[in-house]
Amino acid sequence: MEGLTLSEAEQRYYCDLFSYCDTESTKKVASSGRVLELFRAAQLPNDVVMQIMELCGATRLGYFGRSQFYIALKLVAVAQTGLPLRVESLNTVKDLPLPRFVVSKNEQESRHTALYSSDADNPASYSGVIPPPPGRIQVKKGSVSHDAVQQRTSADQQESTSPVVSPQQSPPTSPHTWRKHNRHPSGGNNERPLAGPGPFWAPFSEAQPGSSTTSDPIWSGHSPPPHQENWVSFADTPPTSALLTMHPASVQDQTTVRTVASATTANEIRRQSSSYDDPWKITDEQRQYYVNQFKTIQPDLNGFIPGSAAKEFFTKSKLPILELSHIWELSDFDKDGALTLDEFCAAFHLVVARKNGYDLPEKLPESLMPKLIDLEDSAVVPVISEAGEQTGEVGYASSPAEAPPSKSPSMPSLNQTWPELNQSSEDTAIVHPVPIRMTPSKIHMQEMELKRTGSDHANPTSPLLVKPPDLPEENKMSSSVKFTAGNTVTDGYSSSDSYTSDPEQIGSTVTRQRSHSGTSPDNTAPPPPPPRPHQSHSRSSSLDMNRSFSVTPGQQQAGVVAYPPAVPPRPQPSQGPGPHVHRPVDAEGLIAHTSTSPQQIPEQPNFADFSQFEAFAVSGVNKEEEDEIETHSEVLQVEKPSDSASSLRVAKADGRVEDKAPANVPTNAGKGTTPLAPPPKPIRRRLKSEDELRPEAEEHTQKTGVIAAVLASQPSIPRSVGKDKKAIQASIRRNKETNTVLARLNSELQQQLKDVLEERISLEVQLEQLRPFSHL
Amino acid sequence: MAVCIAVIAKENYPLYIRSIPTENELKFHYTVHTSLDVVDEKISAMGKALVDQRELYLGLLYPTEDYKVYGYVTNSKVKFVMVVDSSNTALRDNEIRSMFRKLHNSYTDIMCNPFYNPGDRIHSRAFDNMVTSMMMQVC
Repeated sequence: MEGLTLSEAEQRYYCDLFSYCDTESTKKVASSGRVLELFRAAQLPNDVVMQIMELCGATRLGYFGRSQFYIALKLVAVAQTGLPLRVESLNTVKDLPLPRFVVSKNEQESRHTALYSSDADNPASYSGVIPPPPGRIQVKKGSVSHDAVQQRTSADQQESTSPVVSPQQSPPTSPHTWRKHNRHPSGGNNERPLAGPGPFWAPFSEAQPGSSTTSDPIWSGHSPPPHQENWVSFADTPPTSALLTMHPASVQDQTTVRTVASATTANEIRRQSSSYDDPWKITDEQRQYYVNQFKTIQPDLNGFIPGSAAKEFFTKSKLPILELSHIWELSDFDKDGALTLDEFCAAFHLVVARKNGYDLPEKLPESLMPKLIDLEDSAVVPVISEAGEQTGEVGYASSPAEAPPSKSPSMPSLNQTWPELNQSSEDTAIVHPVPIRMTPSKIHMQEMELKRTGSDHANPTSPLLVKPPDLPEENKMSSSVKFTAGNTVTDGYSSSDSYTSDPEQIGSTVTRQRSHSGTSPDNTAPPPPPPRPHQSHSRSSSLDMNRSFSVTPGQQQAGVVAYPPAVPPRPQPSQGPGPHVHRPVDAEGLIAHTSTSPQQIPEQPNFADFSQFEAFAVSGVNKEEEDEIETHSEVLQVEKPSDSASSLRVAKADGRVEDKAPANVPTNAGKGTTPLAPPPKPIRRRLKSEDELRPEAEEHTQKTGVIAAVLASQPSIPRSVGKDKKAIQASIRRNKETNTVLARLNSELQQQLKDVLEERISLEVQLEQLRPFSHL
Repeated sequence: MAVCIAVIAKENYPLYIRSIPTENELKFHYTVHTSLDVVDEKISAMGKALVDQRELYLGLLYPTEDYKVYGYVTNSKVKFVMVVDSSNTALRDNEIRSMFRKLHNSYTDIMCNPFYNPGDRIHSRAFDNMVTSMMMQVC
């Protein structure tokens, strides 16, 4: 823009006029509608007004900025003085009278123009001049609330020509003002845009016919601007597009792209942009047009337009890539890189708006939110919630989530392994049909077993017996360990027909296991620890397991907690797999439980069985116990501070194998043999293990035979409950021990595996952490 | 919190960099540049390590007396570097991770935009808003 020097009077006058035209109080842009009115009031020929608008740059910019407005006013003044409109004349013409604006449309206008003209040269009267115009304008324009100020007078002018082009379609009354108010979403304004919002329309409508008719001839002088054609081409649907009023010159480019619709329809659309309560509302015609365009790209209306196709399509609109990118961001609601019909319409609408000069919003307007119903509702403000949510949901589901929050890395291995272990342990260990509760289960199961005493003993013990023997040999693999543990236990069992004999072995194993787990072996030796809440508490259950272990030397050590002396023995297999299935912590708990069973054994007559276990464990499981201890320690290390575990292990080891603790870490892999001891909870087990270990050691030796006896007598236990308490107890203990041993074995093995995995992970992490430092 | 957030492309040129105290912008630019070395180091160190969120988040790259620098790398070797003021009561690691996650999500949204050519500078307003929100909450 050429520099514009205004005299003081001019400055003031222009400023006032600008304020007047600044209906939206933007302080920067004058409402194009008002400006248009003003220019019309200047009583200049239309072509002159057009020229003025072009010169001032409003056409280029698409809106009337303050400078444009001032320039325009100056040009108006120049024109009114009869001078040719030149850009140079802006500054060269001296002593230019202030532009006069005459409202000739109606009496009010004339009154106002009179005011204007009379006071044109009087700065003081500006204020007086100013007020009337608003009223005038209001009258003329109806609702002044142009939401978008960019309505250019040029556009208006062009639009005004539209009625000329298609006079039959829209009442000529509406052209300008109607156009100006295109943004008002008065949907029903197709016919009489003036009938739109506000009382202002009424007076204006009266005046309008006359004025518009008068204006029509004026405007008709304008050749249909290419914009119209652009819009026409842009919208081949029957008139309604409110946005048509906006056409900026750039829309011309779209002619090449869009199919050329009838000019009339386009004009009509433009004219009927009165549906502008919501500036972003899509009228029916517009929507139909958009849908048609969508079909050209994607025949399936429920399908998507891929990003590349959409990019091509919208690039044709010649908008800058940055703006297209922003439009895409706004319209791709579900961020999936593809456009649904709704999204496409929204994007299209935004493109049209932008080309017509509307600034792009920061957020997607509500009326453009993707709707669920694509075709039916068009101009109605869509129900965003449903559609948006649904499309959003779909979109988000499909949207790439490259950074999905994942669980803490440290946990996955453990978490993953637990279910596997559980399953495996169940499969392998469970011989007895008794359901096993993996996590807090041990205690519970042990209790159950304790209660049952009878039939369960035989069955559970057998698998338990089978498993332990293998324990000593095999390493590392939980299943293998389990089996071995079970084998060792079973060996211990088998070696003695009763739990009485077994307890010793079992006890040894249990003690060993306990040393691993920290609980079971210890539990048997000392007096049973105070009853703890069993079930569902891994830690407590671990203790309970110890107790149950101690309690059920004869039993299969299935019972997790043997609080009541008569806790029926759980089926041993249930115990066996139980501990193993837990997560490391739980496994420890289980193991603890299993270990508690042996611990509990001393309390009960079953205690004798534990000695069997121990003996058995000692015999067959020494190595494995070491391994188990170490593995347990590893597991513990992984899950808890290794120190506690190792100390636990050490404590346990003290009972039997005292050198195992140090080797905990390295020997994790294969150890987990002690079938009886699930990875012990560090502290508790430590205490218990210490306690249990010693007595267990004693008991185990005694109980190995007992265990065998118990095992043998298991079937008879229920019968002899009342009679042969000792036998029952022995069998119970044996079963318990077996169960606990197996359970512990399972859990230990599982834990070992997990420990190894965790260790690996931790080592890797440490390595990574250390790496940067190595560089420093 | 974050006083500077930068998105670095695979070829180690910045796609987006923004600092809050604009007067020290150059210093932050330099900091981010030097942190790239540490990022590369960590990336190469990881090597074949399992690719998961943990790996994407590099953690504290290096601390200085004034601020700490955190790094995050995507699978396509696009790096996010965040400079955090040390004076802010140490942001928890989780918070940093969540911030990086948001950054990553916004970045993927940008990628979905067909009008965005990978390798271009990022001009997205939505991304700007998100970054502003992250930086504002810090201050």
